[in-house]
Amino acid sequence: MNGLAIDTSTYVLGVAVIKDGEVAGEIITNIKKNHSVRLMTAIRTLLEEVEIKPQDLDKIIVTEGPGSYTGVRIGVTTGKTLAWSLKIPIVGVSSLEVLAQNGYYFDGFISPFIDARRGQVYTGLYGMENGVFKNIKEDRIVLHKDWLEELKSSGKQVLFLSTDMDKHKQEIKEILGYKAQFPFITGNLLRPSELARLGMKKETEVKDIHTFTPNYIRLAEAEAKWLANQKDQ
Amino acid sequence: MTNNMNLIILGIETSCDETAVAVVKNGREILSNVVSSQIESHKRFGGVVPEIASRHHVEQMTYILEEAMAEAEVNFEDIDAIAVTEGPGLVGALLIGVNAAKALAFAHNKPLVGVHHIAGHIYANHIIEELTFPLLTLVVSGGHTELVYMEEHGSFQVIGETRDDAVGEAYDKVARTLGLPYPGGPHVDKLAHEGEANIELPRAWLEPDSFDFSFSGLKSAVINTLHNAKQKGQELPIENVAASFQESVIDVLVTKTMRAVEEKQVNRLLLAGGVAANKGLRERLTAECERKGIKLTIPPLSLCTDNAAMIASAGTIMYKAGKRSGDRLNGEPGLVLK
Ligand SMILES: [Zn+2]
Repeated sequence: MNGLAIDTSTYVLGVAVIKDGEVAGEIITNIKKNHSVRLMTAIRTLLEEVEIKPQDLDKIIVTEGPGSYTGVRIGVTTGKTLAWSLKIPIVGVSSLEVLAQNGYYFDGFISPFIDARRGQVYTGLYGMENGVFKNIKEDRIVLHKDWLEELKSSGKQVLFLSTDMDKHKQEIKEILGYKAQFPFITGNLLRPSELARLGMKKETEVKDIHTFTPNYIRLAEAEAKWLANQKDQ
Repeated sequence: MTNNMNLIILGIETSCDETAVAVVKNGREILSNVVSSQIESHKRFGGVVPEIASRHHVEQMTYILEEAMAEAEVNFEDIDAIAVTEGPGLVGALLIGVNAAKALAFAHNKPLVGVHHIAGHIYANHIIEELTFPLLTLVVSGGHTELVYMEEHGSFQVIGETRDDAVGEAYDKVARTLGLPYPGGPHVDKLAHEGEANIELPRAWLEPDSFDFSFSGLKSAVINTLHNAKQKGQELPIENVAASFQESVIDVLVTKTMRAVEEKQVNRLLLAGGVAANKGLRERLTAECERKGIKLTIPPLSLCTDNAAMIASAGTIMYKAGKRSGDRLNGEPGLVLK
C-alpha cells in the first residue's frame, strides 16, 4: 500500500509518502511562504525521489483542519482532486491529532493547539488511557484562558504542542505553573509522516470523495452573524 | 500542429461565486459546460461573501469536474491540456480552481495553462463566431468595466477601465437602494423598461479623450435624489428612477464604446461579461452598430455570465501559442490583462 500525505493546515507545509507500508520520505518546511505556490512542487519532488508515480498511489491522506481556512482548503482541494482523478480513496485526519503524536510517550495530558486569534485557540485533549493513545476531549475552538483553567483543575501534567507557542507560552505558564510541559522545538511541528501513518490506518471508500470537506470547526463569520440574526427575529 | 488535429481542453473557473468546468474542442465547440451557481447561498447576505464562496467551491469542485467530463464523454486520455482562471477575482475562490487544476495536470501529466478571467469573457464570443481582428470588446460585469482592443489572438490592450465601481456593482448598489433583491442588475433592467427616464442624473464623461469610466458619482446621485424626494414627502416611482439610472449608464457606455470603435478603426465589436445580459444595453449597442456598419457579437446569457467554456476557449488559443504554467501557478486576485 502506497499513500501520499498532505498537510497545509498551518504555515508548516508537509508532504510524506508511505511506500509498501514504510515511510519512504517526507518534506517539511516551517517558513511563512505561500502553500499554493509550493505544495505541488513538494509533492512532485518527493514522489520522483521515492520513485512513485501518481498512478501507483493507493490512498491520499490530508489534514482536514482545524487551522488556517485557506491553508486547509489548499490541501483538501489538492488531495480531493488527486484522489478523484486517480480513483483512489481520501482520508482526513485532524491537524491537532497529528500534532498530538509528538507527545505519544508523554505521561499525562497532551494539548496540541493552533492560534485562532482574539485569545482563542483550536485545541483538544489527547493522551494515553489504559494503554491506548486517544482523543480525550474533542477538538474545539475555545478561549485559551478558559481552556487552561479547565486543564489546571484536572491536576495532571499537560504537554503543550503548537506551531504558535511563542504567542501563548507566557499565559500557559502563568495559569498552569509547573504542571505545564513544553517540547523541544521539533515537537511543535506537524509531522507529515505521522499524518500518513494515522491516515493509512483509517477506513475509507472511493465513493466518499465528493462529500469530503474540511473540518473548519467554526462557521464562517458571515454565516454565524446571519444565524444569530435569524434567532433574534 | 496540423489544423485537422482535434484539441480538447478542460477549463476550470472559480474566480467568484460559480464553480464551473467545461470541455471544449478546438476552442469553439462546447462538449460540456457545467456551472454550479452559489447565488442562492449568497442572497441572504446581499452579496458574495468570499469565505462562504471558497467553502462552496471546495465542496463542489470534484462533483462539477465529474459532471463536465461525463457530459462531454471524455476521459483524461482525451484531454490535451487543463486551462484555469488564475485571476483576477477573489483570492480564496481562485485558489480552489488553481489547485484542482494543478492536481489534475500532475496526476495525468497534462500541460497547464493559466487564463486571465477577462480574456475568458472576451473569448466567449469566439465560441459564438470566430474572432476577426482588429476588434474591440466592451467588458461589463459585477467586477469589471473595460474597453479592450485586440490586434490579434492573445494580445489584449486595455484602453479604458472604471476608476471606481464596476457597472454591475453600481447596478447592485442602486438595486439595494430601491429595495430590490440581490442580485439587483436584472431587476433594475426590467423596471427600467416599465418606467420613464425623466429624472436628471449625471453622466461621468471624464477627460474628453479618456475611455475610462466612473459610476460611483451616478450611484451617489441616485441615492441623494431618493433621499431629497423623501424629505420633501414625495415618492418617486422606482421604475422611473431605474429608467433614468439605466439611461445614464448606457449613454456613457455606448457613447465611449462607439468613440473607441471610431478611433481604433475597428469594424468588429464584442460585448462580454454578465451585464451583457442587460436588455437596454444590448438594444442601444445593436442600434448604434447597425447604424455605423459595425459587426457586433453578443454571446447568449449562459456564456456572458461566468463559465468555464470561455476559459477553455481562451486557454486553447494560449496553449496553441505555447503558453504553459507550472506547478507554481497561483491565484492572482489583481492579475493584469495583457
Ligand atoms: Zn466574470
